[in-house]
Amino acid sequence: MLHGHQTWVFPNKPSIVSTATVGGPFEAEGPLAEDFDLLHGDLWLGQDSYEKAEKKMLEEACEMAIQKAGLQKQDIQFFLSGDLMNQIISSSFAARTLAVPYLGLYGACSSSMESLTLGCLIVDSGSGNYVLCGTSSHNAAAEKQYRYPTEYGSQKPPTAQWTVTGAGVALLSSKGEGPRVTSATIGRVVDMGVTDPFNMGSAMAPAAVDTITAHFRDLRISPQDYDLIATGDLGRVGHRIAGDLLKKHGLEIPEDRFTDCGILIYSKDQPVVLAGGSGCGCSATVTYGHILNRVKKGELKKVLIVATGALLSPLSYQQKESIPCVAHAVSIEFNH
Amino acid sequence: MEIYFWAFVVGGLICVIGQLLLDVGKFTPAHVMSILVVSGAILDGLGLYEPLIDFAGAGATVPITSFGNALVHGALAEAQQVGIIGILTGIFEVTSAGISAAIIFGFLAALLFKPKG
Repeated sequence: MLHGHQTWVFPNKPSIVSTATVGGPFEAEGPLAEDFDLLHGDLWLGQDSYEKAEKKMLEEACEMAIQKAGLQKQDIQFFLSGDLMNQIISSSFAARTLAVPYLGLYGACSSSMESLTLGCLIVDSGSGNYVLCGTSSHNAAAEKQYRYPTEYGSQKPPTAQWTVTGAGVALLSSKGEGPRVTSATIGRVVDMGVTDPFNMGSAMAPAAVDTITAHFRDLRISPQDYDLIATGDLGRVGHRIAGDLLKKHGLEIPEDRFTDCGILIYSKDQPVVLAGGSGCGCSATVTYGHILNRVKKGELKKVLIVATGALLSPLSYQQKESIPCVAHAVSIEFNH
Repeated sequence: MEIYFWAFVVGGLICVIGQLLLDVGKFTPAHVMSILVVSGAILDGLGLYEPLIDFAGAGATVPITSFGNALVHGALAEAQQVGIIGILTGIFEVTSAGISAAIIFGFLAALLFKPKG
């Protein structure tokens, strides 16, 4: 049901009946290692390419989420997924294995909440009982596609971020126990003219702020209604900018309630990640693992996840285009 | 002893220029490399790079600018001996060891490791 300009409220509150998260070696060294269902010590996952390794992580996450809910593949009605690879091959090839009706999505790193939002719309409208929503990313595969070959060893500035190797999947249902999705705000594409792909946090921060302000405006609520507001992958640089921009918009979110998945996933002892984590797998694994675990434990009652995506491509970068960005916000709550 | 000091200073300064091109100039690593190679070539064309090598030794021969210098140096030397066609035949005269080494060792590394990043 449309509320305001761009927010959907889900009267039937679809349940997240199960989630599954898979991570790689750098995520295993991070502070959220305990919150992953499966961690791999090998970036290759025994595959002969990084792209195949990413697809395998997504397949594993899907399988685990279905298993945790005590279901079979054939019980799943729809699979919604997106990733960062060209022609979203990780999602489509995992869907080939799943053999479930599939819709492929692309919202860059915002794909996690894009798929969850659309999944909720399907479940809420009664168009499906069990919908699987997922995303994945792989550090080395993303580096290869978007930046330089890793062997080249090119320098990165401190504003650069580290693509998370991971896959996160949520299984939605109209009934069943679990955290419930109550509303979602679809973001506009915002482009403030940032052209540096090594400063994606700064490029995405205005999009996150646009969506957050739209969410509170549309629902006529305030940041105090949430125990936690987490952006997807702004990193340390973008998160600061988002905080400053929100203040300018007169929307101050207390610091202890405002965080970023890209900051949470790695510790300060991992200098290789520079400004923090990024990628589809960042917001998906942190939300479906760490944050929902806290929600289930009762530490948090109501959370807002604002997944941010930079909609650039290597081609647009070569054509000297700036980086358009988008953010989608999903409100999740759990009443014990 | 003095040569070590100047090698450090001159080599360091060339690297500072490269780092500034990356950080301030916002050039890509490939652009920075090309700029430095071309600068070395132009400096040698003006007869300035050889005196720099005499002055700073490895400080001037190790950075990539030395590659541009070597390209022009070989071409000019060959041109003096065999005429204008020497520009083409001499361009890899000095640098052929470096280029061949890159190809051969690159090939050997590719046989041993997975070059798929």
